[in-house]
Amino acid sequence: MAQILDMPQLSDTMKIGVLQKWRKNEGDKVSPGEVMAEIETDKAVMDFEAFDEGVLLKRLIADGASVPVGTPIAIIGKAGEDVAKLIEEAKARAGAKAAPKPEAAKPAPAAKPAPAAKPAPAPANGQAATVAAAPKPAPKPAPMPMRAVASSPAATPPAGTKVLASPLARRLATDLGIDLRNVQGTGPGGRIVERDVKAAAEGGSGAATDWHAAEEAPQTSAPRVSAAAPLPAQIVPERRGEARPAQAAPAEDIVRPLSMMRRTIAERLLVAKTTVPHFYLTADVDMGAAMDFREQVAQVHGAKLSVNDLVLKACALALRKVPEANASFTEDAIIQHARVDIGMAVAIEDGLITPVIRDADKKTIGQVGTESRELAARARDRKLKPEEYTGATFSVSNLGMMGIRHFAAIINPPEGAILAVGNVRKIPMVKDGKIVVGQQMSITLSCDHRVIDGALGAKLLQAIVAILEQPISLAF
Amino acid sequence: MPRTVAFREALNEAMAEEMEKDDRIFLMGEEVGYYDGAYKVSKGLLKKFGEKRVIDTPIAEGGFVGVGIGAAMVGLRPIIELMTWNFSFVAADQLINNAAKIRQMSGGQFTLPVVFRGPGGSAHMLAAQHSQSTEALWAHIPGLKVVMPANPKDAKGLLKSAIRDDNPIIFIEGEVLYADQGEIPDGEYTIPLGVAEVKRPGTDLTIIGWSKMVKIALATAEALAAEGIEAEVVDPRTIRPLDEELLVQSVSKTKRCLILEEGWPFNGVGAEIAYRIGRRCFDDLDAPVERLTGADMPMPYNHHLEQQCIPDVPRAVAAAKKLLYLEE
Repeated sequence: MAQILDMPQLSDTMKIGVLQKWRKNEGDKVSPGEVMAEIETDKAVMDFEAFDEGVLLKRLIADGASVPVGTPIAIIGKAGEDVAKLIEEAKARAGAKAAPKPEAAKPAPAAKPAPAAKPAPAPANGQAATVAAAPKPAPKPAPMPMRAVASSPAATPPAGTKVLASPLARRLATDLGIDLRNVQGTGPGGRIVERDVKAAAEGGSGAATDWHAAEEAPQTSAPRVSAAAPLPAQIVPERRGEARPAQAAPAEDIVRPLSMMRRTIAERLLVAKTTVPHFYLTADVDMGAAMDFREQVAQVHGAKLSVNDLVLKACALALRKVPEANASFTEDAIIQHARVDIGMAVAIEDGLITPVIRDADKKTIGQVGTESRELAARARDRKLKPEEYTGATFSVSNLGMMGIRHFAAIINPPEGAILAVGNVRKIPMVKDGKIVVGQQMSITLSCDHRVIDGALGAKLLQAIVAILEQPISLAF
Repeated sequence: MPRTVAFREALNEAMAEEMEKDDRIFLMGEEVGYYDGAYKVSKGLLKKFGEKRVIDTPIAEGGFVGVGIGAAMVGLRPIIELMTWNFSFVAADQLINNAAKIRQMSGGQFTLPVVFRGPGGSAHMLAAQHSQSTEALWAHIPGLKVVMPANPKDAKGLLKSAIRDDNPIIFIEGEVLYADQGEIPDGEYTIPLGVAEVKRPGTDLTIIGWSKMVKIALATAEALAAEGIEAEVVDPRTIRPLDEELLVQSVSKTKRCLILEEGWPFNGVGAEIAYRIGRRCFDDLDAPVERLTGADMPMPYNHHLEQQCIPDVPRAVAAAKKLLYLEE
């Protein structure tokens, strides 16, 4: 029996998947575990593996197509099976399937113990659909040369799908090199209109001057041509009065369409910063002892530890000491987590990701160091599995290596707090009544006030400072 | 110094000035002379120009419209007043089969410098037979020019151009516009046929309207401006020949187009304009061209029902917002 395979949900926050590349052709045999395609989620590029033995009978979307989770993408079955009916069914389903709007997203993928959040069911009316099924098979591209191969859906038809966009939106997208399949429509029935393309363009790199150029073009390139007799003098000023002054020549701005990751970052951080009541606590840490400790470890064990490793481990131990702060807010209850899983923000190309060190309180400082290096390396290669970057109970963001002294981070819901780490710098310090050269680091805790009150946050921060200032505790 | 005059006075001045200059011009119609015109447009003209040039006719449109056509063929320049355009239907054969065709069928041997003018559109509780917008009918016919001024300045300038034109002109005056006051330039001026005008500049959408719909369009634009939406109002002024270029230029700029039309929707003038905008501005449009028209039915006599059948500001505002995707 042939069956339809849907775009899988490969992460909690994944709503749309981009089929980056098919690895199997139609007619190819596949066995369980074999990679059929590569799918880009909001965070990573993942392998799409076959679960069953069979033949890839039909690819329903093309390389590069972006579709909502649950949209049919392939038909698999026995060689020679008739799949016409299944194709029809798949098209119907693809039509009913709508991409949830980013702003309609649930604030967070629920607290850890809560059941895994499913994506909201697609509205039946197809509102905000990124793709909708074409009632008929996609027409063949016209023989005339296509102006925009990259962004014209007709040029690379993701079989059976059609992007709804106004003619103006299509022209702008062509001019700006934006792929309409990655643009969320806000017009009727999810139609992509000018403002959506404009927003996509501006999301890419701030001001999109090209867009202005496109916008102004009709006025300058289409001067009024009238066969009418010259206007009498009295009428002329009123007719000419509407002309706009010439615009300055556009500068060379770069327009980058939103990547899946950028879209997710925008969506999640907006929710975090606008719905989580943040407050901030800053403390200075005397890092002299910690820096000595780090050197000793290097000398004795040959293990290289970063300052960040020390901070990660210190946070894990502090959360064990102040377990009330290792918590998440939900609608009905505060959930105090049994485990201490520390997320570490890693900057990667076009964004950031937060791989998680599980049970960081139970791991040795050496293990934490090894694991953090390994996770960071795979994060940069975009090779992390979803379970490796989700479900932290607390996060650390460090910009010290970039010379930042102090900053405040945005909480990653449903976590209750995040620590922002500044640089270790040499400063004059008073010790035993004398001014000495000391090493200081400022750390700032952002707390979700719904979970952590000021005193509790201060207690946690104190604990972190105490551990870093007496680094011997890091060794246990 | 510009003067403020009523729409009907502007029309009167246009006829008087042209008649003074050219004694081939005469005015003929029901009640145009001794009664000074059913709507007082021809007030004082009989006194000024005498019975030979201001002629009262019997109630016989088919007859005096035909006389006008014949007079034009033999070298005179008649202005034929129809008491309202609702009465033109009995003269439809003269207008469609003679006026519109003689220049072409005679191989150019005849010119046809005749203006047919009178009030059109709905007024107030005149019921189905006396509330009609006929521009779509006349604009359908090749060979006729259709002119519809919206204010006194346009009325005077366009009527003078119409009188000087060698083609049969359908000149429709909004019945409810006659008392409207407006500034007109001092001294001699004309406004060429076939040239539209931006009545209000704007950036967010284009509202196209003519005759009394210009007033609705301008009021709509004001209502939208209060919400931060800048509508550009464009008046074609001449329905045929249509100044397509200015309409296209405006919509290319604003990306959205709303057409207001008092007449019926099916085969309306707005339908033709929408087609031309759709074709010429296809790659500039961010929304389908929207139309707001009179109701697709004979006009009810009842006041409340009548109001529901004529495009008004609230409905035009709603249509504009729909066009801007601001309302479902």
